[in-house]
Amino acid sequence: MSSELRELGAHIAQKRPDCVLDHSVAFGELNVDVALANIVALVDFLKTDSACKFSTLVDITAVDHPGREKRFDVVYHFLSMYQNKRIRLRVAVDLDEMVPSLVDVHTSANWFEREVFDMFGIIFTGHPDLRRILTDYGFRGHPLRKDFPTTGFTEVRYDEAEKRVVYEPVTLVQEYRQFDFLSPWEGAKYVLPGDDKAEAN
Amino acid sequence: MDGSKFEDALTGEQRIRNFNINFGPQHPAAHGVLRLVLELDGEIVDRCDPHIGLLHRGTEKLMESRTYLQNLPYFDRLDYVAPMNQEHAWCLAIEKLTGTEVPRRASLIRVLYSEIGRILNHLLNVTTQALDVGAMTPITWGFEEREKLMVFYERACGARLHAAYFRPGGVHQDLPDALIDDIESWSHEFPEVLNDIDALLTENRIFKQRNVDIGVVSEADILEYGFSGVMVRGSGLAWDLRRAQPYECYDEFEFEIPVGKNGDCFDRYLCRMEEMRQSLSIIRQAISKLRETPGDVMARGKMTPPKRGEMKQSMEALIHHFKLYTEGFHVPAGEVYAAVEAPKGEFGVYLVADGTNKPYRAKLRAPGFPHLQALDYMCRGHQLADVAAIIGTLDIVFGEIDR
Repeated sequence: MSSELRELGAHIAQKRPDCVLDHSVAFGELNVDVALANIVALVDFLKTDSACKFSTLVDITAVDHPGREKRFDVVYHFLSMYQNKRIRLRVAVDLDEMVPSLVDVHTSANWFEREVFDMFGIIFTGHPDLRRILTDYGFRGHPLRKDFPTTGFTEVRYDEAEKRVVYEPVTLVQEYRQFDFLSPWEGAKYVLPGDDKAEAN
Repeated sequence: MDGSKFEDALTGEQRIRNFNINFGPQHPAAHGVLRLVLELDGEIVDRCDPHIGLLHRGTEKLMESRTYLQNLPYFDRLDYVAPMNQEHAWCLAIEKLTGTEVPRRASLIRVLYSEIGRILNHLLNVTTQALDVGAMTPITWGFEEREKLMVFYERACGARLHAAYFRPGGVHQDLPDALIDDIESWSHEFPEVLNDIDALLTENRIFKQRNVDIGVVSEADILEYGFSGVMVRGSGLAWDLRRAQPYECYDEFEFEIPVGKNGDCFDRYLCRMEEMRQSLSIIRQAISKLRETPGDVMARGKMTPPKRGEMKQSMEALIHHFKLYTEGFHVPAGEVYAAVEAPKGEFGVYLVADGTNKPYRAKLRAPGFPHLQALDYMCRGHQLADVAAIIGTLDIVFGEIDR
């Protein structure tokens, strides 16, 4: 299976050298890194090429890597029901870059891209209707970014006096508990309390 | 006469204009918290804009701050109609990254409960869709059977809905023999109920009038809108992940994949009915295999707890138990996509691990999401009443769509 996928990756890279930056097979899955500007062309090629026929768009999502030069990875999953294969495309996107929309090639990209926009704030150019989809009407911020707190910024409650739902800044009775499980000798990057004294002696 | 030719002769009140209505979020036919903004031309739907997210709980965000094991119960709360099928995808993703081999008995139990989940889901879907188009009785009969299945869930894991039964590396506990016997005797009684529901609906004139040729989906539409599951099979494509990309031990089981011909609501109903019968056959096969396969139900190792008896004897086992339920296990860095054929279609988990005890990012690919997206396309040109039938046949559960 994985040698087949490797061949397929080489085939795509050979046919479309302008789009494919790198391809690899890991855990029995084919990963292809794609240049941002050429993503639509490559997806169109994958859809029509007889060896690929990746005709079903399974998923579009993103991963946030705040420390990286290009902050986001936009990840596309495709499935070919005819070849019985899957492929994953990854596009590195910076905070100020925009991604060309796939809606013209795959209609189903519409909501997936709306979700990525909602959750990560990545803007898709050429999208017909780039509204928020999962969050509240009038929501601010992009929740799945790593710098967005899990508790959020606002909370809602029904106000008996005003007879409506009111939005208020989050007040926590107790600080949100983020446990640090990394053992100090395996990867924690901070100085343990007390360790600073050891240096001085 | 559409009125547009006599624009000048009509007063403002007489001019025919499209009507916008708000459907839901509290509407019994919306199957949860779906809000539709419908633009109607008379009684014909011109445009339909689903507003989703009313049940958004931020599962994916929450998962990033919890350990792999703590994340498992979130999957029950996605598609709460068939909870264990979702857990299955999560376990498969973790097992793929860690390279864990699941013991055979656990694998059989997983198949058994996945199929029970499929029947749970299809019973709910078929009968509530029938309710949406006006048939009152099937839902009461179907829910009686669902209740029995929930009891099987409860006897296996202690909870009727939120099971948390499938664990990375196996299943939580072994099934008692009495439970296996009871599931088997149920599997012999159930076809009768299924035949009763069949007799009520399949040749029912009203049911057919409401479903035949409604919401027709062609092969091109399937690809265009990213459909999976019954939405694909109803239109004649024999695509089933259990067969096409076998996971667990589905390749050992004999079952058939029912396909429809016309891709309308009625064919999808027929597919679901037949799938329940196929699931029953898989359940019976799994039971006979289970009886021949004694053994452990967990791959004992870092990912799974030590046995109770061992914990009383061995210090290391006790430490391991404590560490597992506080720190959790670490998953090597990498990214995988694991998909299962959930009752509603392809349920996938895209897991990005960074080597710690928490997922760096987990994306849940719910089958209902692309299905609901196509509602606008499927409803166009249909009557307002058909919207309810189409929503029913799409098999929408908001737990998984809104996440």
